Amino acid sequence: MSTKNNAVDLEKVVIKFAGDSGDGMQLTGTQFTDTSALLGNDLATFPDYPAEIRAPIGTVAGVSGFQVHIGNVEINTPGDIADVLVAMNPAALKANRVWIKDGGTIIVNSDSFTKKDLEKAGYQTNPLEDETFDAYNLVQAPITSLTRETLKDSGLDGKSIGRSKNMFALGMVYWMFNRPMEQTENFLNAKFAKKPLIVESNIKVLHAGYNFADTIEALPSSYTVAKADIDKGTYRNIMGNQATAWGFIAAAEKSGKELFLGSYPITPATDILHELAKHKNLGVKTFQAEDEIAGICSAIGASFAGDLAITTTSGPGLALKGEALGLAMIAELPLVVVNVQRGGPSTGLPTKTEQSDLLQALYGRNGESPVVVVAASTPSNCFDWAFEASRLALEHNTPVVLLTDGYLGNGAGPWKIRSVKDMPNINPLVATQGEDWQPYARDVEKLARKHAIPGTKGLEHRLGGLEKDELTGNVSYDPDNHEVMCSLRAEKVERVTNFIPNQEIFGDEKGDVLVVGWGGTYGSLYTAVKELREEGKDVSLAHFNYINPLPKNTAEIFSNYKTIVVCEINKGQFVSLLRMKHPEFKYEQFNHIQGLPFKTTELKEHFNTLLS
Amino acid sequence: MSELEVKTLTNKDFTSDQEVKWCPGCGDYAILRSMQKALPQLETNKEDYVFIAGIGCSSRFPYYMNTYGFHTIHGRAPAIATGVKLANPKLKVWQITGDGDALAIGGNHFIHAIRRNIDINIILFNNEIYGLTKGQFSPTSQKGIKTKSNPHGTTDNPFIPVKLALGCGSTFISRVPDTNPKAMQAVFLAAENHRGTSLVEILQNCVIFNDKIHGAVTGKDVKKDMQLWLEDGKPMIFGSEMNKGIILNGLKLEVVTIGENGITEEDILVHDEKENDITLHMMLATMSAPEFPVAMGVIRAVEQLTYDDGMASQLEENIKNTKFKTSDDLFNSGDTWVVN
Repeated sequence: MSTKNNAVDLEKVVIKFAGDSGDGMQLTGTQFTDTSALLGNDLATFPDYPAEIRAPIGTVAGVSGFQVHIGNVEINTPGDIADVLVAMNPAALKANRVWIKDGGTIIVNSDSFTKKDLEKAGYQTNPLEDETFDAYNLVQAPITSLTRETLKDSGLDGKSIGRSKNMFALGMVYWMFNRPMEQTENFLNAKFAKKPLIVESNIKVLHAGYNFADTIEALPSSYTVAKADIDKGTYRNIMGNQATAWGFIAAAEKSGKELFLGSYPITPATDILHELAKHKNLGVKTFQAEDEIAGICSAIGASFAGDLAITTTSGPGLALKGEALGLAMIAELPLVVVNVQRGGPSTGLPTKTEQSDLLQALYGRNGESPVVVVAASTPSNCFDWAFEASRLALEHNTPVVLLTDGYLGNGAGPWKIRSVKDMPNINPLVATQGEDWQPYARDVEKLARKHAIPGTKGLEHRLGGLEKDELTGNVSYDPDNHEVMCSLRAEKVERVTNFIPNQEIFGDEKGDVLVVGWGGTYGSLYTAVKELREEGKDVSLAHFNYINPLPKNTAEIFSNYKTIVVCEINKGQFVSLLRMKHPEFKYEQFNHIQGLPFKTTELKEHFNTLLS
Repeated sequence: MSELEVKTLTNKDFTSDQEVKWCPGCGDYAILRSMQKALPQLETNKEDYVFIAGIGCSSRFPYYMNTYGFHTIHGRAPAIATGVKLANPKLKVWQITGDGDALAIGGNHFIHAIRRNIDINIILFNNEIYGLTKGQFSPTSQKGIKTKSNPHGTTDNPFIPVKLALGCGSTFISRVPDTNPKAMQAVFLAAENHRGTSLVEILQNCVIFNDKIHGAVTGKDVKKDMQLWLEDGKPMIFGSEMNKGIILNGLKLEVVTIGENGITEEDILVHDEKENDITLHMMLATMSAPEFPVAMGVIRAVEQLTYDDGMASQLEENIKNTKFKTSDDLFNSGDTWVVN
């Protein structure tokens, strides 16, 4: 497909597809994303769907959205607000009203603006007929009727015809951005290989949408977004939860261990279970347990018996796993607990994102119970942090909590495919037959004990949750021994800091304002800081992935800036940790807690107030 | 370890160096000794045994066995044992538990382990009381029992552990009193030889908080009349004179005397532990004193695919039929693109 003559080149653009939960908007958005990725754009995506599987049709509660940000420049967030909105019904338009850029393009399915649909969405009058959207480029497309018309002789039933209308919308957007349709055609062919009529009909509607956009004059020009200048290599599009799963698969391979996942379904973590369950072909064992507690306990059992053992959950599940995590800690067994954070407290906002489980991960257990805590910061680097969490767990025989969040887990972006065969090996701390071994004898540097795996002749021993003697591991109620053991366990986790890299800075080594963040806010913080630096502002970013222990140079970094501002999607949890660990510094805070990622604009606005 | 070594193991090889700290006279001592005597009779290397326990008096058991062991947290031992078995199916996994640990706080894990039929042995010490927390009623306490946590008598109905297990689809249930070491050894061996979740309920005596609670069944003077020892393929005959038997009268079991009312040995029910239908096993499992003797020995032992075997065969099949040999193969599959 050749680029049209009047096409306008764009640096980057944000497109949001929104409709009823049943309208197939996630699929539509994913198709646009995959096609853009294959064209070489940099991109980031984020789905926004309701907690209810099928909220009442046509209501604002039932709106499902998918936002994609593509560019020929570096893209680090799915974008604050959309340049283009596709709204399949009045509810989708209403729900996204404040998320469209002034003067942006809105494509609506005008067939869906009937009195009934307007009422369901809570509109008193038809917003397409008054001045509500005068400031926008509003494109009214009768998508439902044109889809019906396209397929009237297809032999397809009415319900299936109705379901094809998302392809019409996708076709229109493909035209608008000069995208080829082959990728989606291939996808449809593969997905519905056994239903040729469905394939044929969907492709027909896709083309009809494309041609409709080409014909009408409502879309005055089309746009191109050229290839981004990104590192050489082979790429694929990857979702955060998938990347997490794959990081564990790689870690199992590099540690010579079998991978075991014990898990219980919970939004938004379940996709990790789904992904790993697919890969029995690589020897991955997944166990869907009867509850969260059995999820972690089965993983502890598997760890005791020699597997790379993990459990995956979200906030409420981590609360349930607390006691067992304490057991893994005192038994000093390797274990990775993934918490894909969501809005809390209690059931909270299951499908929304938040960073409010940091203190739970650090301290949410009885007794002195330190564990290593790390956090991923982009959808694709969930791979690296799952790998790193596994490395720390296996090489230091400790539980590690890996924090991601709903925004990272469900978000997607291009991933430069790692070559696992070229990655460093992980060397588990394991005792071998014939070795002079005591259950709680410790490595001098790490203070970690070696684990003897059942089946190893001569090293039979007993572990347990009762306090144990500092060498033999036998039950001990000795007061001095307890104090020694509490200190040893804490010091062991602290010493992990000697086995991790220094914290890096984006920006200048010294300066006016240091923005501090951790985990899933990286994309927005980085973009805000980068844009301000391009404006000549003296602002830098320290974005943390190692939370406990902190990198060794943390205090040194903080000492080099006049103002430190810690930004989090919670009420100030990381800043509490920093105030405790490094009380000599003054910390400003920027906190939002709305279940949403930070907007680059709000961050820049705030940082500017600190600069002036 | 060579086969020769396996056969030369004795009960001493399974005795750890830890001082046993149960109350003097506790039924647990006999159970421990029976286990230590039973294991040398099996063709398994010592390092391949794993004992997993939760919390409670019984759950200290792993500390006293010179095998791999893990004293874990309250109620969760079935889940931990499941993870051990799935990580390494070659290991022989024994879960030691009590009536509180298995049926109250751990009820969920207990029923699901049995439902899955994972190949572990669950040894349930049932003394109908909480011992470690000093004498509160448990889920198996008889209704009306007065304890510190219910001084006016409980209004709870008790679980019958083997009945609960049958409801979960159990493939192996058995019962044995702590007063019969030989029978305990035999039942432990039968449990280990059964593939699937094997439940052994031990009528255990808590000498401090619930002394002689099973006395009406296990007492020396009554045991012959109050215990029916089931043997596969043998008639259900019991009694001090071995002249009593169980017959099926309509839809109910009935105790009869051979030689009275024209009853002969041919009329007595013959035990079939391999019968898939649970009806008769359920009736046997729920027989209670004083109307009936209590069923002892192996009540049910039926073959069914185990969870671990199911997982192992799925793994084997998928590994055999895949084009992915390494994670690199997976990561480079599907839609990828090259940036030059």
